[in-house]
Amino acid sequence: MDNINKNNIIEVKNLVKQFKKVKAVDDITFSVKEDEIFGFLGPNGAGKTTTINIICTLLSKTSGEVILNGYDVSRERNKIRTCIGMVFQDPSLDDRLTALENLYFHGLLYNIPRKELKVRSEEVLEMVNLTNRKNSLVMTYSGGMKRRLEIARGLLHYPKILFLDEPTLGLDPQTRNKIWDYIIKLKKNKKITIFLTSHYMEETEICDRIAIIDEGKIIALDSPENLKNIIGGDIITILSEDNIKLKEYINDITGVEIHDAKEGKIRFEVKDSSSFIPKFIKNSPVKILSISARKPTLNDVFLDLTGREIREENASAKDTMRMRMRGRMRH
Amino acid sequence: MKKELIGMYTIWLRDIKRYFRDKPRIIGSFAQPILFLFVLGTGIASSFSTFGGGGGKEFLNFMFPGIVGMTVLFTSFFSAMSIVWDREFGFLREVLVAPISRTSIVVGKLLGGSTIAMIQGSIILLFSPLLNIPITFLIFFKVLGIMFLVAMTISTMGIILASVIKSMQAFQVITNFLLMPMFFLSGALFPLNNTVEWMNVVSKINPLSYGIDAMRFAILNNSELQLYPMWLNITVLVCLIVVLSVLGSFLFNRQE
Repeated sequence: MDNINKNNIIEVKNLVKQFKKVKAVDDITFSVKEDEIFGFLGPNGAGKTTTINIICTLLSKTSGEVILNGYDVSRERNKIRTCIGMVFQDPSLDDRLTALENLYFHGLLYNIPRKELKVRSEEVLEMVNLTNRKNSLVMTYSGGMKRRLEIARGLLHYPKILFLDEPTLGLDPQTRNKIWDYIIKLKKNKKITIFLTSHYMEETEICDRIAIIDEGKIIALDSPENLKNIIGGDIITILSEDNIKLKEYINDITGVEIHDAKEGKIRFEVKDSSSFIPKFIKNSPVKILSISARKPTLNDVFLDLTGREIREENASAKDTMRMRMRGRMRH
Repeated sequence: MKKELIGMYTIWLRDIKRYFRDKPRIIGSFAQPILFLFVLGTGIASSFSTFGGGGGKEFLNFMFPGIVGMTVLFTSFFSAMSIVWDREFGFLREVLVAPISRTSIVVGKLLGGSTIAMIQGSIILLFSPLLNIPITFLIFFKVLGIMFLVAMTISTMGIILASVIKSMQAFQVITNFLLMPMFFLSGALFPLNNTVEWMNVVSKINPLSYGIDAMRFAILNNSELQLYPMWLNITVLVCLIVVLSVLGSFLFNRQE
């Protein structure tokens, strides 16, 4: 353990999780630095939640090493549990209790002294703007409010690390943006490490570092900027009358790889699109029907690394149950 | 240690609070016992005269403790089985990452479910004047004790099943293939000593038989209807609770 960096609050080494038939996590190694926002990005079923569940002591590992805040995940579970806050993918509030009661129960479980608990409850409710609804039953809350309350609850015992597993799943875009605003605000005001997962590419851009995970493996780990640099410039998409001739022409002047895109378009990358496009159109041997250029996104990075886009997997038994529970909870 | 006790208390308190907030559940929980006792029971009792024979009123009295037992059975079983979904989509998930032991969670859950079952059972006891069954304070406390033992036995079984099964579909299967037979073959609805031999044998390995027998003796105080001595009933239940709760917390502790 002597080679563990002091600034790393989470150290994961050669972690493997084998379920009966599938290898959900396949030999991953990474570390999370203290006070950073660290993101796990990948499609459903990539192993994000499995990894988080192992780190937060809900699931045992098949092999490998996980150290959190200096504690071993298999041997010092209770010590790990006191220093992490969790916001799960599925709601874990009791909807027949009020917001304040949910916080009260959380405080009891984490052994927060009663007086202190009152002060902190008010503090965290204020932070997520739920003070005026604190005595309402959670079942009357909207999805966004529930998620905010879960974030508040996760912070109540002053954890060193806050885990957010798909914090915006199932929320509408406007509410999603709000949740991210709270998370950014939280990061500004508190000294805390945030570990989040998402399969919404754009949303993980607030992270200091991102691990792109696919089929149980980490395929890239870097800052969002550096990840986007993998693409090597702006992305140009063209619709033309003769793709074959156009490809030859592009190859002659740039030498870059050309991909087929949707709707019969072709796609390639260049360093500086604003000076490239005018020259390109002027000298083109075929008629160009449309051309567009844009900055690369993390979506493009994923596409580039895996050859496919992030999309929903087939619904598992658990997803079916999840949908049913969502329906039940709306009543 | 204090932390663990607070943990148990938290789990218990949550179940109790939820129960009293769920008014439809409280009202709904009357429906089934009333249906069994006053519709099915009265119907069967009056059919005795059709086929020759008396004892209709005695039959209703016989059935009453069985209905109290039924209420305790279903309430405590469903409370323990709620772990199945609460673990994935509910508050229990939050409890599982809190710094308290799995054993405290199990004990808190057992006590919570049992308390609710005892409350529900006591509500059914309120119908006793309609059947001219006197319930004194002494009888009430005896019944309360037996309800607690039955509820704990069934809850520990529920916890074991909930630790093993993971889906709601399996839950339905268990209700139909375990819970209903257990109820029918417990002596709650008809006497077991005069039926066919296989029923007699099955009822002897059914833990609920002992609970119902104890319940019947405590409420009616009629030794003619008693199948087993009281000490045997209580010993069987206590032993089961000890063995099953150890097994239950072991299974619940086991990580995936």
